[in-house]
Amino acid sequence: MTRFLRQTWIVMAKDLRSELRTKEALNASLSFALVILLLFSFAFNPTSDLTREISGGLLWLVFAFAGALILNRSFARELPNDCLDALIASPVSGAALFTGKALASYVLLAAIEAVCLPVFGVFYNVRWTQQPLWLALVLLLASWGIAVVGTVFSALTVNMRLRELMLPMLVYPMLIPCLMAAMQLTTPILAGEPVQGDLMAWVRLLIGFDIIFTALAVVLIDTVLVG
Amino acid sequence: MSEKILYALGGVAAILLGRNLLVMLTGLPDEAFQGAIFRIIFFHVPAAFTCFLCFFASLVLGITYLKTKNLRYDSMAVSVTEVGLAFGAANLISGMIWARIIWGIWWTWDWRLTSMLICWLLYAGYLVLRSAIEEPTERARLSSVMLIFSFSVVPFVFFSIKWFRTQHPQPVLYGEGKMDSAYRAMLYGNWLPLLMLAFVLISVRYLQERRQRELDAMRRAVHSL
Repeated sequence: MTRFLRQTWIVMAKDLRSELRTKEALNASLSFALVILLLFSFAFNPTSDLTREISGGLLWLVFAFAGALILNRSFARELPNDCLDALIASPVSGAALFTGKALASYVLLAAIEAVCLPVFGVFYNVRWTQQPLWLALVLLLASWGIAVVGTVFSALTVNMRLRELMLPMLVYPMLIPCLMAAMQLTTPILAGEPVQGDLMAWVRLLIGFDIIFTALAVVLIDTVLVG
Repeated sequence: MSEKILYALGGVAAILLGRNLLVMLTGLPDEAFQGAIFRIIFFHVPAAFTCFLCFFASLVLGITYLKTKNLRYDSMAVSVTEVGLAFGAANLISGMIWARIIWGIWWTWDWRLTSMLICWLLYAGYLVLRSAIEEPTERARLSSVMLIFSFSVVPFVFFSIKWFRTQHPQPVLYGEGKMDSAYRAMLYGNWLPLLMLAFVLISVRYLQERRQRELDAMRRAVHSL
């Protein structure tokens, strides 16, 4: 177990280090997220009450779009110099490789979210700090869902032509339950309503989604990478 | 199975469907509230059953491929999924026609409609995924994984969407809805030829896949010379 954790840590640290040195996915994803936030302001009146009602949906659309850019790079980063083959041939287990990469994408995604959230709050006059703990919980749970499913499909599509197109096309339908739960929870949280009663069902759905797809991904990743 | 038997089976299905259509239009009375349009249920519901049966079969075939690495199961899985998608489309389109008459709109974001559409898109993604990979064993392996993931999402889709919207009529064969026995008999009676049709289509599609594999093998043999 400690061996697994150590390998996971090494893969994650490697991914984060190489990303922080080039910043190619991080910069692209962040500026893309900001452009989408800007575009939304033309789609509807950004100062009206309507914004409050759809704020959760808007936010998660931005995160899902930005996430696709980060996840695309997760395995594509290993293509030059046949690094992916070297990683597969190394004594690191598939599960550790996957978990490490998923965690690295998770950290990057969380960083994007941490930057976008205040920007969103300023641009759209949403007071997002009313229930910070609940908001953090939803962000952490849903982002993990995005990172896990996205990382598996990043591995699955890594050798394909039109990779950048295939990943979002396959991942978004898979993520609908996770994104929907996040949207349903984020809107009332941003509006300052307490999370209780029916809303707890969405929290449970998020937890269930994360557990099941993490387990499925860890079991299937060797099949995806090696065969 | 020889192709003649297949075509004969298809012929029998066509005759049964024609006979059912005749009984539907002349033998069965209009439903009290909906009028003539209710007859679409005899195609709508069996199409949904057939579609989900196909999706389940594709999951089993996908897992079987991963266990055995026999490309035959991959060919079966793609045939079954394609036919399942066709029946899913029939289900969606017939439902939209019914909704246009009864609800006055083609589409509403009701949970059954939405979840069916999402399922359809998930499995359409499987076909797109296949078309993007050239190498047969890699294609079979990755698309089998995709089948497992798709099928795991389906229950989540159904539960999550059910929690916040509903307008679709209650199920008539189980649960709270009720149905006259003559209608019920017709519903099952029409499912049988549709299942036969699905079987014929799957088999024809499988034969095509098999020939494609043979052609590819020959091409490789020629290239190696």
